[in-house]
Amino acid sequence: MVIEHVNGKKMGKVILYALSTCGWCAKTKDLLRQLGVDFDYIYVDLLEDGEQDEVMNEIEKWNPKGSFPTLVIRDKISIAGFRETEIREALEK
Amino acid sequence: MNPAVVDEKVVDRVYITLKKEAESGGYFLNPDVDFTKNLVRGLLKNEQRYGYRACPCRLASGKNEEDLDIVCPCNYRDPDLNDFGACYCALYVNEAVAGGKEHAAPVPERRPPRSERGKKKAVKTVSAGPFPSLPFPVWRCTVCGYLCAREQPPEICPVCKVRKERFERFI
Ligand code: SF4
Repeated sequence: MVIEHVNGKKMGKVILYALSTCGWCAKTKDLLRQLGVDFDYIYVDLLEDGEQDEVMNEIEKWNPKGSFPTLVIRDKISIAGFRETEIREALEK
Repeated sequence: MNPAVVDEKVVDRVYITLKKEAESGGYFLNPDVDFTKNLVRGLLKNEQRYGYRACPCRLASGKNEEDLDIVCPCNYRDPDLNDFGACYCALYVNEAVAGGKEHAAPVPERRPPRSERGKKKAVKTVSAGPFPSLPFPVWRCTVCGYLCAREQPPEICPVCKVRKERFERFI
């Protein structure tokens, strides 16, 4: 499975489930870069079918709608959509 | 799946066409041109990989039948424009956002989750009720609600420009 890594300040496990074509996903990724956070991201649309299902099941555990972007912070908090204030606050906690 | 590559000239052309079509039907594209062109790029990538312009912000199944509700413009655009001033991707926005008076905010996903998709669709044909003997069936565009009474729906919706398969029998 292709998981991309972006180096930065370690703030615990930060993983962004995204689509390569989605505008809000791109904005979320830009925000994380701008904040200098160490994070992983997965472009779910670019995965093979089997992997895609597996990852969708994982996303739905956090966000039952299975929508993009879904950001999971420290296996605790999940944020659906580009919600800048919530993302900043969750990272600071 | 390999990321598709899209010709930038095509992106510009399709952007202009979508803008014209939107405006002629009373819709508006997002005034943030870079953001909007990026979504157009996404639509074109999806057209290359799936054969239809699936919503760039939703995961397409690759089966046209299952994705009909998220072929752009999706069935959720108009309710989201009403409630949030933008479609889910913010490709389309309302007049206030288009004019720079308001900003597009995140729109919660309205499409049912995977586990609930394709279940409801018990084609709700309105009972003959007060119209016992109409000379024509009435068709409704599932995207914009346009109604017309004729043997078959039009090939292209005159308001929102979606294709015939997006119409349902209304009466
Ligand atoms: S109208 Fe907006 S939300 Fe709907 S498919 Fe098109 S870009 Fe996506």
